[in-house]
Amino acid sequence: MSELETPQYGMLIDYEYCTGCQTCVVACKQEHKHSAGKLGGVEVQELIHKLPNGKLYITNMPFFTEMCVFCVKRVKEGLEPACVKHCMANILTFGEIDDLKKEIPEKRKSILWIKG
Amino acid sequence: MSNNIEIVKTTTWSAGPGCHGGCGVEAHIKNGKLVKIEGDPDHPWNQGRLCARALAMTQYIDHKDRLKKPLKRVGKRGEDKFEEISWDEAFDIIEEKMNKIREDFGPESMIFSMGTGRDIGPWICMLAYAYGSPNVMFALSGNACYSPRIAALDTIQGDYSVFDAAQWLPGRYDNPEYKVPECMIIWGYNIPATCPDNLFGHWIIDLMKKGTKIICIDPRLSWFASRSKYWLQIRPGTDAALAMGFLHVIIEEKLYDHNFLKKFTDGPRLLREDNGKLLRESHVVKGGSVENFVVFDKTSNTIAIWDTTLQEYKSKIKSGKTNPAFSGQFEVDVLGGKKVQCTTVWDKFCENAKQYSPEEVEKITFVPADNIIKAARFYAKSKPASIHWGVPIDMTPEITPLCHAIAALWALTGNLDVPGGNVFTRSAFNAVAYALPGAEGVIKLKDQDQDKTRIGRDKYGPFNKFIWRCQTDTVIDQIFSGKPYPVKGLWMQTCNPLSGIGLDPKLWQKVLGKLEFIVGVDLFMTPSLRYADIILPASTFLEKDGVRSWWVPLQTINKVLKVDDCRPDAEINFELAKRFDPDFKWEKLHDLFDDIIEPSGMNFKELQEKGWALPPEGHPSRPYHRHEKGLLRSDGKPGLTTPTGKFELYATLREEWNLEPLPYHKEPPFTPISRPDLAKDYPLILSTGRRSPVFFHTEHRNIPWLRELDPDPVVEINPDTAKENNILHGEWIIVENWMGKAQFKAKVTEIVPPWMVMAAHGWWFPEEKDDPLFKTFKSNINMLIPMNNQGKDGLGAPIKHLLCRIRKPLSNEIVHNEEERINQCQN
Repeated sequence: MSELETPQYGMLIDYEYCTGCQTCVVACKQEHKHSAGKLGGVEVQELIHKLPNGKLYITNMPFFTEMCVFCVKRVKEGLEPACVKHCMANILTFGEIDDLKKEIPEKRKSILWIKG
Repeated sequence: MSNNIEIVKTTTWSAGPGCHGGCGVEAHIKNGKLVKIEGDPDHPWNQGRLCARALAMTQYIDHKDRLKKPLKRVGKRGEDKFEEISWDEAFDIIEEKMNKIREDFGPESMIFSMGTGRDIGPWICMLAYAYGSPNVMFALSGNACYSPRIAALDTIQGDYSVFDAAQWLPGRYDNPEYKVPECMIIWGYNIPATCPDNLFGHWIIDLMKKGTKIICIDPRLSWFASRSKYWLQIRPGTDAALAMGFLHVIIEEKLYDHNFLKKFTDGPRLLREDNGKLLRESHVVKGGSVENFVVFDKTSNTIAIWDTTLQEYKSKIKSGKTNPAFSGQFEVDVLGGKKVQCTTVWDKFCENAKQYSPEEVEKITFVPADNIIKAARFYAKSKPASIHWGVPIDMTPEITPLCHAIAALWALTGNLDVPGGNVFTRSAFNAVAYALPGAEGVIKLKDQDQDKTRIGRDKYGPFNKFIWRCQTDTVIDQIFSGKPYPVKGLWMQTCNPLSGIGLDPKLWQKVLGKLEFIVGVDLFMTPSLRYADIILPASTFLEKDGVRSWWVPLQTINKVLKVDDCRPDAEINFELAKRFDPDFKWEKLHDLFDDIIEPSGMNFKELQEKGWALPPEGHPSRPYHRHEKGLLRSDGKPGLTTPTGKFELYATLREEWNLEPLPYHKEPPFTPISRPDLAKDYPLILSTGRRSPVFFHTEHRNIPWLRELDPDPVVEINPDTAKENNILHGEWIIVENWMGKAQFKAKVTEIVPPWMVMAAHGWWFPEEKDDPLFKTFKSNINMLIPMNNQGKDGLGAPIKHLLCRIRKPLSNEIVHNEEERINQCQN
């Protein structure tokens, strides 16, 4: 296990602003040369819910998979992970969990993803 | 440099991501090959971000199916028998054949056709004009993408305008001049496709994070609809009624900006009640100008003349200041001893809006009256507020009245050219490459006589004033009629009418079969290219130099690498332009680039060195308040660049063209309301063209990383409608009407209402190589859409509101090659 995969690192996902543009998916495939048809480090799920008030609601959820390695090589070079850098809506933040906790947006649902 | 990797900065524009460009990128090059592409963090446009299509460039550049050598057809049209030839041979054949057409039938017998245009515009005009043909065609029926909106705004407000996301300002959102809009209306636009009309879609997300609230106008639950303060779920094709409903509320509740109305609109001009037209100076003063208008001056209690040339009132009382009445009934003496009753433009405009009460508009649009009122109030009270409109605005026959109503919204609420509003937009530094609405451009016809044969020019007003392309439907008619002159050849550059831009694609197939000589320029073999006689392999944006002055910033596109024998569109057309025109002005392509960006004071090399440039403060191509400062007009006077200098609530050009000068709603040609006879058999509204983030129209079905994310042509169906028609989620079904049918995979979802289905567009199957046309008619939704339904001004087409029915397929009706599709999705 590389040092970035230890539990003190994570990804903060401000998914309320995820537009479903699929940038993270292709950024990951390019960075890690994952073939099409094979699992990459992240997938975006579109969820459509009818809320209790009758309102329809779209949630796009970037879901990080077993293949995500937090772009260890890039991070060691001082760069952001490929998905974080390219995200069109700027909703992904990578870092140490203690730092990410301070970045959690107020009054908005979000996910702090850790590899466990 | 690290690991022998060189990082080169350039700008996206078309081939590759396929879009309208503007993003700064860093291309990572190793041994002349692209190994990676990233967003340029220093670039003000995308600020390091980059979309899925651009990030898939490594799969695009070296794709095994890319056209890499010129090809000559050796079999029948559409039979897919070609042989490789050299560039010299290809150019020689083209020169010989096109010279023959020019000698026998005249240069206008060659049509130069583009798809979405993008960076092709200047180069296709350059070639057509050098050859001597004015017939440059954007191949969509009713030219229904973008230029109708531009022409409409040029008619009404002189310059085009777009939402302001601080794209003109150094430091962008942090610039103290900028204000974040409190409210933004998103009118027929969805975010994941990202970047329409030279705007970066996710700027809107940036603004939302800074507090902008959204009003979303869309029949379909888009992401914006889901995040909006008000979602107005409109019936497709009724947008003008909704805009009029907004105006009704704003006028009734006096929420408009009195200052803008008074200073910058034509509100006080008198309209004659006897013929409904403007009262002109020539009607009341012997020898008076037809271009001067009449108001009623409250100071002198008599009429006063607005002098269009001087941009001021000719006051009868020397010391008096004209105080024109905006409202009232006036009796005016006209020449010949007659008296005519007159009212003001503002009164007429208000009376017109009065007919569109929220209750009436609810009946037309399906949007609840209460929501119309609340949304209109919220928009009008927010300062600043902006509107972003998408291409559905163009995709209706009565596009100009619709634009007129929407433009009146941003004008009357005082949001025109203010920070965070809708700002006038011009090419950066006024560097204009080719003839566009409102601008002449460096690339132009040698003399105006050459323009006389342009198809549609004399038939439709805007085509003689703003739009310098052919009227597409008229071209198709002429190809079959041969009148007033025959059309013999087609230059088809990044244009695939059989799969995407052509409505009624079987008609286009006949067109391609009928023409004597077709040249195709593209990056991959497409269904339409299989009808070409000569095919030329073009380059991606990474393989070419170029300049981009489409609004801001002014930037260069920098050649990063070369792929086989592919050549940039600009170089191909430049080479041929020199062959066709012995007096061609430029020796080298870079001389032309220098000429285009000359107004910036830089040449290509200098700009390339800088990367990009923003026009300085006080420049006419930089906001704000230019109509107040006198920065828009060539005479330096305050005002707009319309023929009369004002924002025209009553469009003088429309009067000249014998079209309705005031905005209105008219039911489109194929809806359950206008055609109940058709609706009996085809009860569902068919809307098309919802965007995919991984495709640009017909492109990218062959890029594995992209195709796997959107593998099949999809039609969205409401669960109730699916149930009624016995259709299950995920099954292949037939969508059909009186025009034809197409097959789609059913996506059963509540995001569409029960009365409408939404079908994806632009589908063909690059994996179906053995089929002569890559099975392009199988799932092409344009099979259901007729041509020739443009509006009275030649613009617009009913692309978002047709009629259809859906059903389960008969046995053997669906042929789907899942195995080939999976191969396409893998690499």
